[in-house]
Amino acid sequence: MSEAQIKSLEEEFEARIARDEKIEPKDWMPEKYRKTHIRQMSQHAHSEIVGMLPEGNWISRAPSLRRKVALLAKVQDEGGHGLYLYSATETLGITRDELFEQLHTGKAKYSSIFNYPALTWADIGAIGWLVDGAAIINQVALCGTSFGPYARAMVRICKEESFHQRQGYEITLKLAQGTLEQKAMAQDALNRFWWPSLMMFGPADADSPNTEQSMKWKLKRKTNDELRQQFIDQTVPQAELIGLTIPDPDLKWNEEKGCYDSGEIDWDEFWQVVKGHGPCNKERMKARVSAWENGEWVRDAALAHAEKQQEKKLNKAV
Amino acid sequence: MNTNLYNYLLGIADNSLILGQRLGELCGHGPSLETDIALTNISLDLFGQVRSYYQYAAKVAGDNRDEDTIAMMRPEREYVNVLLVEQPNTDFGYVIARQFLFDVYHYMFLTELQSSKDETLAAIAKKSIKEVSYHVRFSSDWIKRLGDGTEESHKRIQNAINDLWTYTDELFHQTEADKKMIADGVGVDTSKLKEQYYKQISNVLDEATIEVPDLKYFQKGGKQGVHTEHMGYILAELQYMQRAYPNMSW
Repeated sequence: MSEAQIKSLEEEFEARIARDEKIEPKDWMPEKYRKTHIRQMSQHAHSEIVGMLPEGNWISRAPSLRRKVALLAKVQDEGGHGLYLYSATETLGITRDELFEQLHTGKAKYSSIFNYPALTWADIGAIGWLVDGAAIINQVALCGTSFGPYARAMVRICKEESFHQRQGYEITLKLAQGTLEQKAMAQDALNRFWWPSLMMFGPADADSPNTEQSMKWKLKRKTNDELRQQFIDQTVPQAELIGLTIPDPDLKWNEEKGCYDSGEIDWDEFWQVVKGHGPCNKERMKARVSAWENGEWVRDAALAHAEKQQEKKLNKAV
Repeated sequence: MNTNLYNYLLGIADNSLILGQRLGELCGHGPSLETDIALTNISLDLFGQVRSYYQYAAKVAGDNRDEDTIAMMRPEREYVNVLLVEQPNTDFGYVIARQFLFDVYHYMFLTELQSSKDETLAAIAKKSIKEVSYHVRFSSDWIKRLGDGTEESHKRIQNAINDLWTYTDELFHQTEADKKMIADGVGVDTSKLKEQYYKQISNVLDEATIEVPDLKYFQKGGKQGVHTEHMGYILAELQYMQRAYPNMSW
């Protein structure tokens, strides 16, 4: 293909995105677009399955049968989201095994929030309320993204996430209305998960080099700081409503701007966790890698069995 | 209170409770995303069934017990699940073998329970059997895949079947409550299911090229509350919150 031809394809591509048309897997796309989407979508898929771990760790200890059933269903939903997102990523010409390989070798990232431990039952509430709450804000913005399979996945996932968020808030509400011990448990969880939840929106705009290109491709429709602000403004009244205190002494309503002013995020901690040195990075990776390695003989067996069945079928046909 | 009916309900529900708990431990650690989701789903089904049985048991008890106190506040000796379901998740072979050996029984049991004279039990059975028919299909398919897969998978699943076989006979033991409920037309006469059970199990094992163990000695005790050493640890996790923070609502 000549340079002129590529240029014309690129122009047509940009024009389609500008017209808000969806790009489908078989359409021509710039290599950088493909790679960026593989990176972001697989990162999202990895976040879903690594995210199963901190919550999954509470299934056996859930305080009531009703909570246990709801938690199982939630973690199962996350597995489903992972599956759905891996499949959507595969449409860009990469296999799930390759994506796992990238996760296990540390080449691919997942959301840093899951490197924080879930220590008490109240953390399950906080994760649903805050972490899923932050995730929805990110994901709603992605429902209009330009790549068709990703946008459609987001529409479906957002519906379930919003259910999870309400469920998490309800767990927290119940604790906040409970005994002093339960209320303290809820406040402690909010204290530990507030800042890491704010970090889920990524570095400050000034330090986010990919934002401009991603905005152009509608892979991002709002900047990190805009989304973070939206989360704060949405969550502060929810905390107040149930009598919990946001752990930020600088948090104050700004009448003029019509939104909350808030304190500075500890960016050193942010980068430390992103670079793999958070409280649970090693455990999470170890859990994923060992599930994968311990499962190898099972996957091999399934493959061998399928081949044998296929052979039997062929022999019969002959 | 109708003590026999109450005990009969626990006899059914405790099996699903402990098996559901075991499967719940695996969430996020499965050999593939698909099996992970499927096992979580089975756990979810079992806990859903457990809730129906315990809610009914609480009604039968007619005191201040609810589904959670029945599920989580009994001492170990009062749990009456069979020993099979408390066996650990040693590897995926054991998980599948345990599931298969239980599912085939569970399906046959629920089939009969649908015609119980007790309307609530019959209704729970009708609802549950749809779920359990999927469980049997899932575990039987995996028995075949592992048995007739690779050399390694064959060896592993054969080991698991050999080890767990000793717990199968107990499924058909009858407690005093069972006998009373059978006489009343409420309970299922499990002695009539035994032959069919081993036949169906053997058919699947044959197809999977797995040898049917030839065992003369079987383990029992679960139905009398005499469990294996695994049970205490299962309950430690299951009961943790209710024990550490008693009389609170969640």
